[in-house]
Amino acid sequence: MAKLDSKIPAGPLAEKWSKHKADIRVVSPANKRKLDIIVVGTGLGGASAAATLGELGYNVKIFCISDSPRRAHSIAAQGGINAAKNYQNDNDSVFRLFYDTIKGGDYRAREANVYRLAEVSNNIIDQCVAQGVPFARDYGGLLDNRSFGGAQVSRTFYARGQTGQQLLLGAYAALNRQIAKGSVKSYPRHEMLDLVLIDGKARGIITRNLITGEIERFGAHAVVIATGGYGNVFFLSTNAMNSNGSAAWQCYKKGAFFANPCFTQIHPTCIPVHGTQQSKLTLMSESLRNDGRIWVPKKKEDVELLRAKKKKASDIPEEDRDYYLERRYPAFGNLVPRDVASRAAKERCDAGYGVNDTGLAVFLDFKTAIDRLGEDVIRARYGNLFQMYEKITDVNPYHEPMMIYPAVHYTMGGIWVDYNLMTTIPGLYAIGEANFSDHGANRLGASALMQGLADGYFVLPYTIGDYLSHEIQSPKVDTNAPEFVEAEKGVKEKIAKLFSIQGKESVDDIHKKLGHIMWENVGMARTKESLEKAITEIQALRKDFWKNVRIPGTNEEFNQELEKAIRLADFLELGELMARDGLHRQESCGGHFRVEYQTPEGEALRDDEHFAYVAVWEYQGPDQEPKLDKEPLVFEAVHLAQRNYKD
Amino acid sequence: MNLTLKIWRQKNAKAPGKFVTYKVENISPDTSFLEMLDILNNDLIHKGEDPVVFDHDCREGICGMCSLHINGFAHGPDTEITTCQLHMRKFKDGDTITIEPWRSRAFPVIKDLAVDRSAFDKILQAGGFISVNTGGVPDANTIPIPKKDADESMDAAACIGCGACVATCKNGSAMLFVAARVSSLAKLPQGRIEGARRAKAMVAKMDELGFGACTNTGACEAQCPKGISIAHIARLNREFLSAKLKD
Repeated sequence: MAKLDSKIPAGPLAEKWSKHKADIRVVSPANKRKLDIIVVGTGLGGASAAATLGELGYNVKIFCISDSPRRAHSIAAQGGINAAKNYQNDNDSVFRLFYDTIKGGDYRAREANVYRLAEVSNNIIDQCVAQGVPFARDYGGLLDNRSFGGAQVSRTFYARGQTGQQLLLGAYAALNRQIAKGSVKSYPRHEMLDLVLIDGKARGIITRNLITGEIERFGAHAVVIATGGYGNVFFLSTNAMNSNGSAAWQCYKKGAFFANPCFTQIHPTCIPVHGTQQSKLTLMSESLRNDGRIWVPKKKEDVELLRAKKKKASDIPEEDRDYYLERRYPAFGNLVPRDVASRAAKERCDAGYGVNDTGLAVFLDFKTAIDRLGEDVIRARYGNLFQMYEKITDVNPYHEPMMIYPAVHYTMGGIWVDYNLMTTIPGLYAIGEANFSDHGANRLGASALMQGLADGYFVLPYTIGDYLSHEIQSPKVDTNAPEFVEAEKGVKEKIAKLFSIQGKESVDDIHKKLGHIMWENVGMARTKESLEKAITEIQALRKDFWKNVRIPGTNEEFNQELEKAIRLADFLELGELMARDGLHRQESCGGHFRVEYQTPEGEALRDDEHFAYVAVWEYQGPDQEPKLDKEPLVFEAVHLAQRNYKD
Repeated sequence: MNLTLKIWRQKNAKAPGKFVTYKVENISPDTSFLEMLDILNNDLIHKGEDPVVFDHDCREGICGMCSLHINGFAHGPDTEITTCQLHMRKFKDGDTITIEPWRSRAFPVIKDLAVDRSAFDKILQAGGFISVNTGGVPDANTIPIPKKDADESMDAAACIGCGACVATCKNGSAMLFVAARVSSLAKLPQGRIEGARRAKAMVAKMDELGFGACTNTGACEAQCPKGISIAHIARLNREFLSAKLKD
């Protein structure tokens, strides 16, 4: 257990980060020039980290699978970014943001990390404004805010419905400035396929050039993983098509521990599935719940008429509508956290009140807001989201309510890291969605952007210096070392093996089957039986994959099927670990809902006596059961209680 | 729906390309255009043929990765959307659809429908930023910015860097792309400080990379999936000229 030292500094919560910064070592400018850092991934975490490390004077190499760093999936975040500025004078504070985040995460996150996140949140907004991020402003010229789920204050900064895009363009611009200066070298269309360790330390990566197929070696004194989450294990999710868990999974197989893999966020407001040909799901921002009201009919006969398209939502009178979130959670209403809103939608649909032909949809209605504020105000706030909805569904949401249903959106679990964001492998760091540390069992809206940028701009650049201060005598990493040769050989053999199968099924055929197993058994409601079933079925599917997959073409070309196959091979292992983690956690918390453990009102029932810990999994070899370690969660500043969003 | 597709196939950057005809059947009108191509590719894999390479990622119109000239229009016949947001209900049963990559000297074809747009990164590296390091910046509300300016900055910042403007321009000009970045920063006090240097550096880089000149036809605005106005090109021209006059 010695390996699982969280390195949380001693002292009062509010002073931990300041004290820690004062205690850790720094690297002189002359020595920074001699040190190489690899950053994998160019989303908010990776781009901000690489830019900042470049500014500090390190030699940085940055890798992404897209054709440009700007394409990373952070760009798709719509609603906003939280910060404890208290510009609205609604009594917000660093402590309140910290408390809301811990509570929203259902008390399964680390206090010290979350407090630090809240503490640096204000610096992020300052930084972004200085970079020219065009946040929304009021007529007086000052910044505007809106509300997100799980908060009773307005602390979310936004740039229309494109906040992620604007923040990423800010970080990408900072990155471009360093690329121009030569302190960062960019490798687009390169995929990391293995991590290289020398004497137990992370010393480099093996990549595949996605255009030429060339397998290449890159060495460094430290490696930063910023490759996002693994929601695409479900096949259908709101993640971009190419988002994957493979870089994180290679680290796990090389000895980095993986934490809370079963904690998956199912987002309540996505456009419902239309049919079997669907390739991905589209999110409708949580910000819409500021003005939209969620409902289903009270009467079953109205449901039948809606499904038969004999009645329109607007035909149903007010008294026949069940605004079920407002009914169940009067204090937070439509702005309850995502896990609560998703489960409530599932509850109504399971009870037979789903409003479309599949029975898996509820209404998100703007009529009250349009009557109160006028269509122009609603258009100014959400115009691009309404346009997106109409293009996909062919329905005008200014006239008829949107139809929405929950979908996989984010993974709170990830690579285990200590307070310094270092994994259990010395010199290997994980930031942003790729790590597990800040969101517990459920992430609050507008907090992913906050975490990615907090880690990249303000946390990692300090903490990595502490490690690198011990590396100033280390020479440049020799990529001809036997460890690199061995890792490259392993990657080439894996690719050759995939091509040798030439079976009958495409990668997508098998990925859809995996997605179905995951959604049915490791989705919004999990049971002992469903999780055991998932483990057996995934193991069988994995065998089928290695016997039956068909990959056309060769390695030495732009081969998108090969890319997908390599990622799916990892998802077929990762999915099993998610099910195992869900099976072992015999409680419900946040996004992890075990049907056996619920209150009489159907709320998640935590078991703090037995499960107030981070579940940390250690790889034991192919097809071996992983080993479970536990990091106890110690709460000093908050009192553990059942989450209450009712009063 | 049953459709005939004429798709540009090209093995790599150096090989000559050609149109190949394919049939797809039983496509739902609610399917997206790229899902229709997924179905074609799945069929091709099962038949032992090479699937069609095309760039895509977020499939919700924001990452800028998808491209495609569809029946002669960048991002297809619908307005203010990217190819990934185009749905088959915009076509008729029995239609023949021609699908080509972006055609521009500055965007060489990599394979089939995928092109190399790294020239855009290079233009932004030349000056598409504000020179601030992380940390040591003033409080976000220190400088009030008129709402109108912030909104105009955001209008320009909506650019997703997809390259439709270049692909659709008869001169292969990147003026709308460059203008969007220059204009977005020029509307903010933070960005004004380096305004002159930025406009000159980005325009010089654009010329160096083989993009054509702007002749104000307005095709870029018409095809831009984010509806970015050519008024931003006017602002770029003013920024550029006033910078040059000071030289």
